[in-house]
Amino acid sequence: MMRAFSVQVGPFGFRVGSAWPQPIRALERLYADYPKPADGIPDFTVRLEPVRAVRRFIRPSVAIRGDFMLPDAVPTSLAHGLLAAEMAMNLQVAMGERRFLLLHAASVERDGKVLLMTGESGSGKSTLSALLGEKGWRFMGDEFALIDPETGLAFPFPRPVSLKNAAVAEMLRHVAPERLGPEMVGTPKGDIRHLKPPVEAIRRMSEPGKPALLLFPRYGLPRDIRPVPASEAFVRLTQASTNYTMLGERGFEALTNLVQGIPGRAIDYPDTATALALVDQLWADPA
Amino acid sequence: MKDARILAWVLADPSRAAQLRPHQWTAMLTIAQAERLLGTLAHRLAGLEVPEAAARVLHRARRSAETDRRQALWEAEMARRALAPLGLPVLLLKGTAVLAAGMDAGAGRLVGDLDILVPRDRMEAAEAALLSAGWEWVKADAYDDAYYRNHMHELPPLIHRARDRMIDVHHTILPLTARARPDASALIADAVDLGNGMKVLCPEDMVIHAVLHLLADGDLAGGLRNLWDIDRMLREFAEAEGFWARLLARSRHHKVTRYVSRALRLSHHIFETPVDRYLAWQGRRGDLFYAGRLLARNGWGQETATLLRLAFYVRSHWIRMPPLMLARHLFTKWRKGHQPIR
Repeated sequence: MMRAFSVQVGPFGFRVGSAWPQPIRALERLYADYPKPADGIPDFTVRLEPVRAVRRFIRPSVAIRGDFMLPDAVPTSLAHGLLAAEMAMNLQVAMGERRFLLLHAASVERDGKVLLMTGESGSGKSTLSALLGEKGWRFMGDEFALIDPETGLAFPFPRPVSLKNAAVAEMLRHVAPERLGPEMVGTPKGDIRHLKPPVEAIRRMSEPGKPALLLFPRYGLPRDIRPVPASEAFVRLTQASTNYTMLGERGFEALTNLVQGIPGRAIDYPDTATALALVDQLWADPA
Repeated sequence: MKDARILAWVLADPSRAAQLRPHQWTAMLTIAQAERLLGTLAHRLAGLEVPEAAARVLHRARRSAETDRRQALWEAEMARRALAPLGLPVLLLKGTAVLAAGMDAGAGRLVGDLDILVPRDRMEAAEAALLSAGWEWVKADAYDDAYYRNHMHELPPLIHRARDRMIDVHHTILPLTARARPDASALIADAVDLGNGMKVLCPEDMVIHAVLHLLADGDLAGGLRNLWDIDRMLREFAEAEGFWARLLARSRHHKVTRYVSRALRLSHHIFETPVDRYLAWQGRRGDLFYAGRLLARNGWGQETATLLRLAFYVRSHWIRMPPLMLARHLFTKWRKGHQPIR
């Protein structure tokens, strides 16, 4: 490996090796506020390699490899190398983690209590969690919520938030431009910029919280609130978990305890202001 | 360190882990993951003092292996139920056999597919029973399907539609086109009954199968794990009186002594296995190439020694089929755009 970078995010240490210097430089800037892995031993290794040796120099094409790999992962262009690194780090956690139940969900915390928001890509959970993180909540993560089966607590995984398309302009109204990473245009997920979480969120990234409310946001629809029964929440979260089946009985218990312990609400919203008002309202009184 | 030796060194004697520095831990854990030996390493290091970050990685690997074990044994039970009406006991091979028999080699071992051995004249009946119990053909093309049926030692792989697990139904332990032709009926006749409707090969045949799988059928990719199986089996079986003599006799019976001999030397060289010196010196030289191939991985988990790997890839085809057939096979695969090695 030509260049290497390592970082600790929440409970996981990562080591990223790259055949090119550019993705490593981008990672160093984006993760400047994060600590290094404890004991100098990372949990997961990620490699950004040329698809074939010649593709290091000619039309560089970044293959995503590491401890865990998808056989049909599509290579990215070198200009999107940072995105490749981010995807590869997520993939390691998604495929390799066995202690925590992973939910594809954004999470924020207030007074020790955690708001979980889950939904498809485009539901707005990343943007909402990032905005709440600027408005008095502690940002815990926009990608994975980590549920500890033994205690039921949610642990943070506060990666930089990946903002897509219109969300970038929206966020620039609330944060200083230095908080945003480089612009990556025309990726498979659209135009992407990363937002560095608040320093406080990183400093407290090993502090868990108790789940209190589960929201299923949907963007682009008239304002609406609908209760989601535990049974439906359960099924939707099994689909939103990357390691539910691999955890076996522990996963089943963790998930049933979670959905039975907290209220679930589906919210539709036409714009961010409405969503933030809905969050405030449901947080104060879920009924 | 430029190769996987650090992993082999600690697997052979876990107390050595106390001497490792952080970058060596990192390299060893990464290599173990890439060689599918992390669960095994976790078991070897259980109860020893290790850095906290390493303990987390190893804990995860133990959990993984435990899930794998449960799924593999359940899959074996499913096959038993499917084949029971035919009066066919399930003769387990490879990883599932090692787990079901509770052998040392099974501690922390990952298992991919379920491999079973069925008498050749019962293959059709077994195939029909599995198909009606929910297994389906993996989508393969006509050439691959015909190739399996005419030249291989197993059915084209079947996958279960609900559980998404693969089963390989073998009628012998090497391709029909390979140079060596083990005695399949002896494998079945001398199998050991586990008392739950399942069987495993007798100890000597189990070693021989592991050896042939490593050295006579494939390009040694992921071979370190297979060699570890061999190390564990040799140490465990050698506790019984007369094992080495029986292994020698059985190897001669199957006409595979030179493979067994080389495997003994490699296991001794890489994992410090105590081996029978007479049996270990029956073969030809060239062990260093084999050892180099088995250890061809760096601390980032990348495969190294491209030329050596390519040579073993070519060899894997050479030993598997006669020259003319090989030429035809490679031409067909090449037209389909197959790429042998990155």
